[in-house]
Amino acid sequence: MISTLSTPINESLLSARERRVRFATLLLIIALAVSFLASVGIGPMQVSMLDSLSVITAKLGLHESNVSATVDTIISAIRLPRTLLAILVGAALAVCGAAMQGLFRNPLADPGLVGVTGGASLAAVSMIVLGGTSLTFISEWLGQYSLMVASFLGALLTTSLVARIATTKYGTSVTSMLLAGIAIGIVTGAAVGFLTYLADDSQLRTLTFWAMGSVGGATWQSVLTAGSFIAIPLVLIPLYAKELNALLLGESEARHLGIDVEKVKRRLILLTAIAVGACVSVSGMIGFVGLIVPHLVRLTLGPDHRYLLVLSALLGGLFLLVADIVSRTIIAPAELPIGLITTLIGGPFFIGMVVYRARSNAL
Amino acid sequence: MSLEVKNLSLKIGTKKLLSDINFKLGSNEVVAILGPNGAGKSTLFKVLSGEHRHYEGQVILEGKDLKSWKASDVAKLLGVLPQSSALAFPFSVSEVINLGRLPHSTGRVLDHQLITEAMSKADVSHLADALYPSLSGGEKQRVQLARVLTQIWQKNDLGERYLLLDEPTSALDLPHQHQTLSLARDLAKEGVGVLAILHDLNLAAQYADRIILLSEGLCVAQGDVKTVLTPQQIESLYGIKVTVMSHPEHHYPLVVAS
Repeated sequence: MISTLSTPINESLLSARERRVRFATLLLIIALAVSFLASVGIGPMQVSMLDSLSVITAKLGLHESNVSATVDTIISAIRLPRTLLAILVGAALAVCGAAMQGLFRNPLADPGLVGVTGGASLAAVSMIVLGGTSLTFISEWLGQYSLMVASFLGALLTTSLVARIATTKYGTSVTSMLLAGIAIGIVTGAAVGFLTYLADDSQLRTLTFWAMGSVGGATWQSVLTAGSFIAIPLVLIPLYAKELNALLLGESEARHLGIDVEKVKRRLILLTAIAVGACVSVSGMIGFVGLIVPHLVRLTLGPDHRYLLVLSALLGGLFLLVADIVSRTIIAPAELPIGLITTLIGGPFFIGMVVYRARSNAL
Repeated sequence: MSLEVKNLSLKIGTKKLLSDINFKLGSNEVVAILGPNGAGKSTLFKVLSGEHRHYEGQVILEGKDLKSWKASDVAKLLGVLPQSSALAFPFSVSEVINLGRLPHSTGRVLDHQLITEAMSKADVSHLADALYPSLSGGEKQRVQLARVLTQIWQKNDLGERYLLLDEPTSALDLPHQHQTLSLARDLAKEGVGVLAILHDLNLAAQYADRIILLSEGLCVAQGDVKTVLTPQQIESLYGIKVTVMSHPEHHYPLVVAS
């Protein structure tokens, strides 16, 4: 049935978006590189971008360091890990948000909404508050990894619970999954509140800071530990782009296109649990990144997951990095928790989306 | 070869949705499934498209039990047009249709050519760049049709191709109803077996080779158009009195409520 005439490919059809994607990718990479240097340079001791660059290239062994030892130490011990952590966490949260929105065919879905963040934070708070008393055996056994492992297990446990509630033998109901996720979020929130009540003064400070989110505690060790967990989903989730595209049509339609829907769902849920667990354990509760970033990408480049996931990672990294720069400069020498900034931007953004969708009757 | 259903029954809970259905769809015919609401038409489709798997009996696609086919291979032979699709994300029309090529990896040049052809067959070429959620119900239905067409457009060595259409004309205006069903006829000529759930008895009479009548999960009649569409049969199925006439030119039955 294929016509033998060779039809010229209509460039305007598929490539207009692709050209924009290429442009956006380039733009984001440049912006990320500039913010990276800015983030390394900005602080009580200002370092110019050129010097920052030279410290980094020296670290990579390209030439001898030509800056003072103090600057070198500040950058390599404090600012570099912090900068990398902000990028990693932002990228992971944004990709997880994009994946969940595709999975649930709802642009309002977010790791926070299906209980992943709630479960992860309850587990992490339990470790912080009870790690020295009733949960000593765990913190002794896992050492530095105890918070991370607890968060991951908390995330996985709640997501599996939500998935189990929503799954019957006829498939998974997206509505029940969202509702169960919201309910579990509330319950874990209450449990976290109870643990906060039990906490002593120093734990309380950790908790407060942690509950508002921060990448300020980053060390090379935490970056490498969390990074190795985060890297897995960050690489693997974009491989499910085609499946997620098909899922947007509906689960039956995806099945008719030959996709093993249940398997894809299980894997994506596991991968997001790993990423969110790792993020929560190392940087606390940073909300709305997973909601805002994919939405902005979709708005400019459309919903195709082949671009959406990768560009969300880039924009997510950039977004959180810039938020972190703002958080440590806006009330310097004090520091604003980064979660406050993302929430202050994200809350109104979320309400705006809900209003818009209610108006356009799309929810 | 064929798509064959043998002694198919399906229970959900204690409710029997399909009992002992038998039929065979050849790869060069259009078969219409008719029946009142709740007769089990959509349930039957869900079995054929692999969505319900806990049925009794057998579904045989190209001589092999449907359950032993790989899902990705079935997708190359069997296209399913849903009644309506919940896609709310702003994909453009050509992107939606492009999703039909997902089971294949034939490269974008060929894909693009197939998409262009399917768009013109489904009369949606002028909508290529429009955003799917902004379309009317009928336009959406035609875009979905084009998507399913690109999915099974090419012959392949796995077997013959089949197309399941669930009320393909429900949102369409008169010319597009006929366009869609004559497309189904053309496909049958090319060697694609088409099974369509229809509500319009006259459309079925005009375009189908055979008709299967379902009622309360039972197959109450099947056969060629003239033997199935009799006043007695329709009356017992739908509970209304009808007159069946012969089309003055083409001599297929015309059903009119009397």
